[in-house]
Amino acid sequence: MEQTQFLQRQDLQSLVDVLKASGYRCLAPQVRDGAIVYDVLADVSHLPVGVHDQQLPGKYHLIGSDDKRSFAWANGAQALKPLLFSARELLWSAERDAEGKINFVQAEPAVQKTAVIGVRSCDLAALRVQDQVFLEQQYQDENYQARREALFTVAVNCSHPAETCFCASTGDGPTARSGYDLLLTELDDGFLVAAGSAAGEQVFAQLPLELASDQQHFVAGEQALHAEQVQTRKLPQAGLADKLLANLDHPRWQAVAERCLSCGNCTMVCPTCFCHKEIEQPQLDGHSTEHLREWDSCFTQGHSYIHGTVIREDTEKRYRQWLTHKLATWVEQFGSSGCVGCGRCISWCPAAIDLTEEANAIAGNSND
Amino acid sequence: MINPYTPFEAEVVERIQESSTIFTLRLRFTDAEQHERYSFQPGQFNMVYLYGVGEVAISIVSDPEDEQLYDHTIRIVGRVTRGLAQVKQGQRVGIRGPFGRGWPLLKAEGHDVLIVTGGLGCAPVVSVINYIISRRERFGRLTIMQGVKHSDDLLWRERYKLWSQMPDTHVIIAADQGGQQWPWRIGPVIGMFDELNLQPDKTIAMMCGPEGMMHAAIKRLLEMDVAEEMLFMSMERNMQCAVGHCGHCQYGGHFVCKDGPVFSFNEIKAIFGKSGF
Repeated sequence: MEQTQFLQRQDLQSLVDVLKASGYRCLAPQVRDGAIVYDVLADVSHLPVGVHDQQLPGKYHLIGSDDKRSFAWANGAQALKPLLFSARELLWSAERDAEGKINFVQAEPAVQKTAVIGVRSCDLAALRVQDQVFLEQQYQDENYQARREALFTVAVNCSHPAETCFCASTGDGPTARSGYDLLLTELDDGFLVAAGSAAGEQVFAQLPLELASDQQHFVAGEQALHAEQVQTRKLPQAGLADKLLANLDHPRWQAVAERCLSCGNCTMVCPTCFCHKEIEQPQLDGHSTEHLREWDSCFTQGHSYIHGTVIREDTEKRYRQWLTHKLATWVEQFGSSGCVGCGRCISWCPAAIDLTEEANAIAGNSND
Repeated sequence: MINPYTPFEAEVVERIQESSTIFTLRLRFTDAEQHERYSFQPGQFNMVYLYGVGEVAISIVSDPEDEQLYDHTIRIVGRVTRGLAQVKQGQRVGIRGPFGRGWPLLKAEGHDVLIVTGGLGCAPVVSVINYIISRRERFGRLTIMQGVKHSDDLLWRERYKLWSQMPDTHVIIAADQGGQQWPWRIGPVIGMFDELNLQPDKTIAMMCGPEGMMHAAIKRLLEMDVAEEMLFMSMERNMQCAVGHCGHCQYGGHFVCKDGPVFSFNEIKAIFGKSGF
């Protein structure tokens, strides 16, 4: 049975210290330029203590308070994704000698044991989705795999979802059920702590924990229920995939395309989007070249380019491709939805387009 | 383990100019072990890499049992193919592959095979035609149907002539516009179906070419009572990784690179011909 214990707030630094002593680089949420991002954490005093966020379609804003809590906010733009699926990385390089012989050298990925503190359940769900894409199909991505194996996750149950969140509707949150190494539930005076893996148990065993009280469990339960109930956005439930694919000519696609800037922000902040392009970069020495990959977006013209023609030449087709892939054909490809309800695409859309609103307009109406 | 992203070096053993914009590279891996290990099925493709320029997905046209060389017939259409056209005999390129699912050759055994292609001599079906011709006894009647815009666009005229003289093989070619001494039909491609006298329950069709043409061909074949699961087509989309990771070739719920490029009509009929997929 899973054992849950209590860590006093003043002992939180011990978690960071134990992780560091175990060889992990510790990344944790910190405020940078008006947003919460994951960065290397030296001391728990650098956590976003008392920081709350306000998120609406096209809006992200931080607010300070006297609250002592460090995790009383919903996710910023950054997910776990860039840590595992690098935004730009070398795949291989090649050298050509005077005789024209080409020598290919596979790149070794930079891998560092990394612990991330503050991972939300939506991002754990997204991690499972990206594992399916990069590790569980016919071909495995070695770079992703190497970094995945070096990752330690300290999840924190979400107590303060943003208005843009809808993880309760996708079934991916706000409480983490699995896929973490350690799980924290933040209370006013400290944290409930549970281990979810062998690596997590080792860290767990080294923390100054005490028995958790019934009252603490009760408060945690209430908090989880509240975090679920405050979410107002929902995706249509029954038959969403079929309904979307049955409505490929719905007038709403044209209407949303008139607002969409085709900027690709939604795909960049999405924790599951995996598209990337390959780039050849000949070096100035004249005899070597590098072959890289870089995140790409289905909202660009080049994404569907094929000798002399573009399959998705307008924004309507690109938005339809993105939404039907995320919510419908993804299920066909990987057996689960490509959306985990994190709401990032809503907050970070400069045109304030709301994925749940579009999905409901096209494939049902359960937003009431 | 072999990293599927990294190419192997291959040498251009021979280069053949097929037309002003089409050429064939005959290749061999320089690494003997890789040469030994490598095998493919007709309809599969390689990622062909030009040093300093990049990669492009090209189908393999040679016979899978030719252990000496494998061939790529390439049309100049973009940056990489324009560069590849400059590659001379003895020069080196990169190759990784083979990728994807090829033609259903086992399923085709014992059946009449109808090949439908359009455009400029479609390389993916040339491999299957050669495969069948070299193993004639395993297959029923072979019909090769090719449509071109202008008679000058037809590649490999000699080959078509040769094929038309093979036993139990029927070649039908139509050009929208015909030049002098054009021995084949003139008129719309779809008119060729009037010449067809096929047995629907014995026929398997393999198609490659512009989607509009394949769409029209499928419509006619379904009207002729050929079953959906006996209609196969080779699809083309932007491909960069070839292993189902980069996302460019997504076609509804399929990755053309690893689930295709050959699909049966019933696998993709929900979106086939739908603009934007």
